Amino acid sequence: MSIKKRKTEELVFKILMVASCIVVSSSLFLIVGTIVVKGVPYLTWDMVTKVPQGGFYIGKEGGVLNAILGSLYLAGGATVLGLLISIPISIYLNIYLKHGSLLSRTAKLAYDVLFGIPSIVYGAFAFSIMIWLGVRASLLGGIIAVTLLIIPILVRTLDEVIGTVPRELKHAALSLGATRWEAAKVILKQIKPGIYTAILLAFGRGIGDVAAVLFTTGFSDNIPRYVDEPAATLPLAIFFQLSSPVPEVQGRAYASALILTIIILVIVVVSYFLSSKHTKHKI
Amino acid sequence: MLILSIASISFVLLLGIGLYWRAAPLFDNQSLWSLFSGSEWAPSKGKFGFYPFIMGTLWVTCIAIATALPLCLLTAIYLAEYAKSSVRKIILPLVNILAGIPPVIYGVWGIFFVVPIVRDYLAPGFTEHSSGYTVLAGGVVLAVMIFPILVSIVSEVLHTIPKELKDASLSLGATKWETIRKVVLKRALPGIFAATVLAVSRAFGETIAVLMVCGNVPVAPDSVFDGGYPLPALIANNFGEMMSIPLYDSALMFAALLLFVIILVFNWISRIILNRIERKYSS
Repeated sequence: MSIKKRKTEELVFKILMVASCIVVSSSLFLIVGTIVVKGVPYLTWDMVTKVPQGGFYIGKEGGVLNAILGSLYLAGGATVLGLLISIPISIYLNIYLKHGSLLSRTAKLAYDVLFGIPSIVYGAFAFSIMIWLGVRASLLGGIIAVTLLIIPILVRTLDEVIGTVPRELKHAALSLGATRWEAAKVILKQIKPGIYTAILLAFGRGIGDVAAVLFTTGFSDNIPRYVDEPAATLPLAIFFQLSSPVPEVQGRAYASALILTIIILVIVVVSYFLSSKHTKHKI
Repeated sequence: MLILSIASISFVLLLGIGLYWRAAPLFDNQSLWSLFSGSEWAPSKGKFGFYPFIMGTLWVTCIAIATALPLCLLTAIYLAEYAKSSVRKIILPLVNILAGIPPVIYGVWGIFFVVPIVRDYLAPGFTEHSSGYTVLAGGVVLAVMIFPILVSIVSEVLHTIPKELKDASLSLGATKWETIRKVVLKRALPGIFAATVLAVSRAFGETIAVLMVCGNVPVAPDSVFDGGYPLPALIANNFGEMMSIPLYDSALMFAALLLFVIILVFNWISRIILNRIERKYSS
């Protein structure tokens, strides 16, 4: 091939590359743009301060406060529960076990695999456990399903964060006579911003997920007061109200979508700043 | 902590066993083959043919991969080899935000952006009538959802390629594009394969976003402008009424089991490949 032909080939591909780069990176703006255009006209003060009135699916009045609070309870509860389980696990895998031992490698592979399991499978599994135990669809059921879903996320993120701490820190602590539990406390202190990032990530996943809560949480027009009551969540509110024939109810779905998007974007921005802060803390 | 770690690892097994146990009654009077090949879905008559749903899943997934893979490969190559680091620092976070957007938001975007485009601009050229709720719309929405997986993993893999290899090729007179095509891509092939497998398994399990845009017709699609009914959507749509019809819940659990097994295997393969690349790179 002549050099001219080779150069043209490169040029063609370069143009294709820039074009696909633009397509890929603009898709975010398309999505957020669509949601904003649809949602802004319906986003009123009533929307965020009132529960739906006049019956779900047809009632025109009120807002989506039940879904906002339901989502926050659900994702918050699941994140707390998930942290209680995943922090000990990641400490054990990284600090107590030897680096590269069979158990820690198996565990890491298992969490990678669990991370990829779709939420509908978690939902179906949690639902059958609930039938088996005789628990009806409730906030508690949803919290359990979402906890199962976010444990792999938390463990994987914590694992990565602990991986950035130099191993010498652990060795120094141990050589000074600290027990492994005390060494773990030193490392936990070191990775504090990383833990916040993990929390935000898990919270974001938990607040946005539908498939896991579809059968486990139920739906309600009221704000849940106890964990055994069914609760509404924002994604489910969007999903159900979108198919309503009443334009006002559909409007509630658009507004809910906008609220959910704003929550997610805030989480993303905060965790972005936290992670840049985290990398500044190098020893 | 040891107990907690082992318990959470064995959760992978527990999920599989639990789903199998719930799905088992279905195998009593139907062979596995007739479940896969039967195309009649009539729960009230006890007929459970999964063929349309498997085909629906495959269509949507193939469209998504066919759309996303070239775009993401070109983007990742551009970011890793050509782009300035300032451009990279803007675009990679933008793409990663996509990973945090909840599925239901993608669904809303699909309904108001992708579906009208398919209905008004794409479909009229090929078929007489299309509602827009097609496997094509589902595939496009899924493609955007798997952008972040593909772009981030492929660009990480490209970064692991030794600079010496590229320099050798360039010094022999190859153009930059030839070096990428013949040296870099060849070396990165296992990683690209692993990323694709991960993306496929993500696409397989995605529920709500696809359910909202692909029509949910329980017939195997013939073209991209037909509606489809993927497996996760089947589970999500019918879970509520499954308790009233015998064997219905087993059939849905079988669908969940199928998803679980396929995704488990896919994830396993790709994680093993990726771990091997990472280990080679770090040593």
